[in-house]
Amino acid sequence: MIEKALHGDKRYWTWVTFLILVMGVGVLAYLKQFNEGLGVTGMSRDVTWGLYIAQFTFMVGVAASAVMVVLPYYLHNFKEFGRITILGEFLAIASVIMCMTFIFVDMGQPFRIVNVFIYATPHSMMFWDTIALGGYLVLNILISRVTLDAERKSIAPPGWIKPFIILSIPWAISIHTVTAFLYAGLAARPFWMTAILAPRFLASAFASGPALLILVCLLIRRLTGFDAGEKAINKLAVIVTYAMSINVFFVLMEVFTAVYSSMPEHTSHFEYLFFGLNGKNALVPWMWASEILAALTLILLLNPKTRRRTNTLAVACVAVFASIWIDKGMGMVVTGFIPNPLGQVMEYTPTFIEILITLGVYAMGILIVTGLYKVALSVKKTQHPEAWKRSVGTDLEQVEA
Amino acid sequence: MCVDRRKFLQLAGLTALGVAAQPIRLLGQEDSLPADTSLIGREEHPLTAKRWAMAIDLRKCLKDEGCNDCVVACNKTHNIPQFGNRKDEVKWIWKEHFESAFVDQENDFVEETVKHSNLPLFCNHCDNPPCVRVCPTQATWKREEDGIVMMDWHRCIGCRYCMAACPYGSRSFNWRNPRPFIEKINPDFPTRMRGVVEKCTFCQKRLSEGLLPACVVACKEKAMIFGDLEDPESDVRKLLQERFSIRRKPVLGTQPEIYYLV
Repeated sequence: MIEKALHGDKRYWTWVTFLILVMGVGVLAYLKQFNEGLGVTGMSRDVTWGLYIAQFTFMVGVAASAVMVVLPYYLHNFKEFGRITILGEFLAIASVIMCMTFIFVDMGQPFRIVNVFIYATPHSMMFWDTIALGGYLVLNILISRVTLDAERKSIAPPGWIKPFIILSIPWAISIHTVTAFLYAGLAARPFWMTAILAPRFLASAFASGPALLILVCLLIRRLTGFDAGEKAINKLAVIVTYAMSINVFFVLMEVFTAVYSSMPEHTSHFEYLFFGLNGKNALVPWMWASEILAALTLILLLNPKTRRRTNTLAVACVAVFASIWIDKGMGMVVTGFIPNPLGQVMEYTPTFIEILITLGVYAMGILIVTGLYKVALSVKKTQHPEAWKRSVGTDLEQVEA
Repeated sequence: MCVDRRKFLQLAGLTALGVAAQPIRLLGQEDSLPADTSLIGREEHPLTAKRWAMAIDLRKCLKDEGCNDCVVACNKTHNIPQFGNRKDEVKWIWKEHFESAFVDQENDFVEETVKHSNLPLFCNHCDNPPCVRVCPTQATWKREEDGIVMMDWHRCIGCRYCMAACPYGSRSFNWRNPRPFIEKINPDFPTRMRGVVEKCTFCQKRLSEGLLPACVVACKEKAMIFGDLEDPESDVRKLLQERFSIRRKPVLGTQPEIYYLV
């Protein structure tokens, strides 16, 4: 079935070639980092985690968000998600692989990664994160493979797969909960040590992930003519609306607790984020941009008219994704280290090499998604021609041959 | 790499096997150390304790503000690289302003001499160490027999979770290959490679050789008092009974074993 990813038109192969080139640049940048050490990044003795771990955290959210299509479809029998469930699962697979790669490129001694298994340490949250992510990857590969295979043969999926699908729902919640526990259990970092971190991670995940899925569906419709269905898109938009509202609510609760209690070790991090501390303010414009985008999304999403119109919905989804990416992918991790445990403000700026490696990992993830979606759409093209009502695309034509 | 592994084996052998390790040490060391018979003799009498701890007498320590003897001694003993920039910095013991060292004191009117002082900071060898709790490979662990928080540079995967978990900023990461930046390599102690975390080990190797920690010996004011906290007759225990002491961030429940006598 996977060989379907090897049939495509010129446009498809141009895109694949481009992604492989970006990956190649990322690999070269990584070789430099591998040879010289993590000193080529912007990380320091004070800010010991940076872009890689932040992207890892953000992508765990995207991976977990597959549950937002799986749950309504399998648990509530919401048939309209039938066309896109596989897209959500494939997105999760690519995201988890990206997460693992981000962890790998962040390690000082990457070839010692086996030590995590040889000396398995249940009192470390990193051990549980490894299990959660690995298990989630296996579950999604198994489920998507079996269900897509059944779809290709026009038969119902075998009964034995159902328990695995049900299991994947709490498992998705667990991957982001355990990722939050990596941070939330550290007395040394008051910025992260908040009970709402896991709920907040989940809320932002269930906003950013489905927002990305909507954008991907709109893009696929334009490129291939495959229509996810108006009802499905609208339902996803409602999910994004709820999740984003809850996310903003959680952020405000965090700010209230920190600001009203006025404990310096809690307020100082928020002060750094939004106003700067000791004259250091690299993240301030970004964080305000994130908050303005969040406000904009709520206006566009809470209003049913703008939420249902494709153009405004697309703008809202881009804004949701950007707002949460800044918050999680830039602010959340780094600010835990600023100020440091001695109250000193040492800032962090990613280096060019670091950004190239990050782009390389993203290119790899997008390449995986591209290939997997190609497979899924090829199957759907033969099995559900009705989904191609608009039929503007041509790049899948030769697959049927 | 090869030399390091051999040295590590020596180190592990010494601490675990004591006298029994002596042949390994002699075998592996021909190229790096002259046969120092006085040193070997002392290894039969390693310094031991149930709970190592240190008291730092600030009255004595602050006599000479510019003094850096403990830091210099540690750097020399442990092959600490000098990168000359804060970003790549590796340090086991260093001096810090009072307000940074005791960031939770929030006292604008603390005694003038203390307020403007620089105090030595290093690993607190916590009784309840958060770094040990988070390490995914047990590359850092608390030694049961004497409470020293140890570090295995050959097991560490360089994830830096321990650095995120340490409330005292006591851990360093080798962002680059440290070897070219070591002023003069001490052949008696391993150098590290890039990509691993390191920190103060209470001079565990010197203790096994019957020697006090390098910083304690280097202090001309004898301001660092090292001893067994579980021994009621030890100097450190007596001092803590007589003088008022403070510890860094005790509210976190880590039970630091470095006491500052004010």
